[in-house]
Amino acid sequence: MKLRSWFLLPTWLAMALLFAAPLAIVLAYSLLTRGVYGGVEHPWTGESYQRLIDPLYLVILLRSFIMALVATALCLMFAFPAALFISRTPRHKNLYLQLVMLPFWTSFLVRTYAWLFLLRDTGLINTALQALGIIHEPLQMLYTSGAVLLGLVYGYLPFMVLPIYAILERLDPSLMEAAADLGARPVRTVFSVIIPLSKPGIIAGCVLVFIPCLGAYLTPDLLGGGRTVLVGNLVQNQFTTARDWPFGSAVSILLMLLVTALVWVFLRRQSEQLA
Amino acid sequence: MTPVLEVRNLVKDFPGQRAVDGISLAIPQGSFFSLLGPSGCGKTTTLRLIAGFEECTEGDILLKGERVNERKPYERNVSTVFQNYALFPHLTARGNIEFGLKRNGATNISRRVDDALKLVNLTEKASRKPAQLSGGERQRVALARSLVLEPDVLLLDEPLAALDPKLRKQMRIELKAMQRRVGITFLLVTHDQEEALSMSDQLAVMNQGRIEQVGSPEEVYLRPQTRFVAGFLGAVNWIGDVGIRPEATKIVEHAEDGRPRTVVARVIESVFLGDRVQVLVKLANGEQAVAQVNRGSTTFQPGQSVQICWDAADEMKLP
Repeated sequence: MKLRSWFLLPTWLAMALLFAAPLAIVLAYSLLTRGVYGGVEHPWTGESYQRLIDPLYLVILLRSFIMALVATALCLMFAFPAALFISRTPRHKNLYLQLVMLPFWTSFLVRTYAWLFLLRDTGLINTALQALGIIHEPLQMLYTSGAVLLGLVYGYLPFMVLPIYAILERLDPSLMEAAADLGARPVRTVFSVIIPLSKPGIIAGCVLVFIPCLGAYLTPDLLGGGRTVLVGNLVQNQFTTARDWPFGSAVSILLMLLVTALVWVFLRRQSEQLA
Repeated sequence: MTPVLEVRNLVKDFPGQRAVDGISLAIPQGSFFSLLGPSGCGKTTTLRLIAGFEECTEGDILLKGERVNERKPYERNVSTVFQNYALFPHLTARGNIEFGLKRNGATNISRRVDDALKLVNLTEKASRKPAQLSGGERQRVALARSLVLEPDVLLLDEPLAALDPKLRKQMRIELKAMQRRVGITFLLVTHDQEEALSMSDQLAVMNQGRIEQVGSPEEVYLRPQTRFVAGFLGAVNWIGDVGIRPEATKIVEHAEDGRPRTVVARVIESVFLGDRVQVLVKLANGEQAVAQVNRGSTTFQPGQSVQICWDAADEMKLP
């Protein structure tokens, strides 16, 4: 074996132990029979996959897709101007970048709980609005789809900002000058030059946000209160309350296949465009 | 006639540094004008002030007699050919050339783009992206992209610097020919004195944010007003108070008796350059001088005692 290959050994080991093996276990579980107290038993069966065709689950899947899609779109809407600003600002660039990454310094769970305290009926926002006399009854903000969306956008926004920033940072400033020189106003320059050229960053950001949003379970669980069931919660339920590990595994496998197919088609179209 | 571009007492301060220090210029319509100077002399900053990429600290910029200081780059009818061309990598050659026309809502866009492509001889490569074009072709796209807008002044920032030396010399001729053909005023920034001399109708030699001299190529080369100009435009032998170009410096074994403008010297080295021979000599006062002689004339050996002489007409008297 060449020396170079030896250096890759830790990576291969990690991939096998932490990625391939768990995946194989999930796949095997999805094809086994449900145990009475959880877990799995023989014999092998494809029954879990047959049950997936139920419209009930398709609705959950569709809802998750739409939720992830909207969250991704909102992230892009907020992240692009921020990334553009940070990449163009002459001073304090690192400070702004630190601010974008600041939320990572605390646990995601803790930050999601913080939203709970802000949004609930006796939370900061409702109390403040009532004290100011703007409303008399507390607004129902927590345990709504809106709260889930808010939580997702909040949680994954940095994953959109950073890849876009990385591209914008490397963009030759003379291209923006050339656009202005040729008569393009700033807004025109953004749409005709900056956005087309930052496409790789936008795509990377969208993939990085869309995929975790699709499988999210913590945010819909805490901020949606179980009312907005997404596919992530469905999987979680199968492994906990429902004690149906094979079905939970089958849902996971289906979700993974869908995401892989989607990303694959997306990236292939992208590389065709670049060629 | 009003000059197409005029700058008056232009000053540009950057933090801790004055890049442009009171420049005044008047550039006649349809001329080829160059700003020549070493790097850091403020020539590119001057160009960027005219384009509107930078705001001047003091002074005025007038386009066709109208003050344009407050106008944004997209509101000024000037166009820039950037040193790195700054072509849009996601657009084809045609897309790049169309860009400006689409922005200002022009009519007949496709015909005008066709004409521009023909002008720079790139009709066959219109659908290629910049990455698929050679350096020279990219430069021509950059030119066409600006020329198609028929700007009052075309600003060129070291447009030939990124080309290889052979192509660079050829492009000098093409650029000059193109300027004559389209009749648009060209303002070129360069640090290459041969480039400025060969293409310009007039040039301004800049040093440390100031203009040292403005004139035709002959004037600045043959009658420089400062030592800096004399030295920047070519080699000079300083003999006492006067400067003599190497090609005007004659070298003989024995000058006729009593000939004025003659000094004794000793040959240090003689260098064969193919089309000519350069002889390096040491003068009696210890200074060195270079003389260019024709190949095949007398050969000079190191250590040989010679005499250096010149004509009064070739003297550059400078303070």
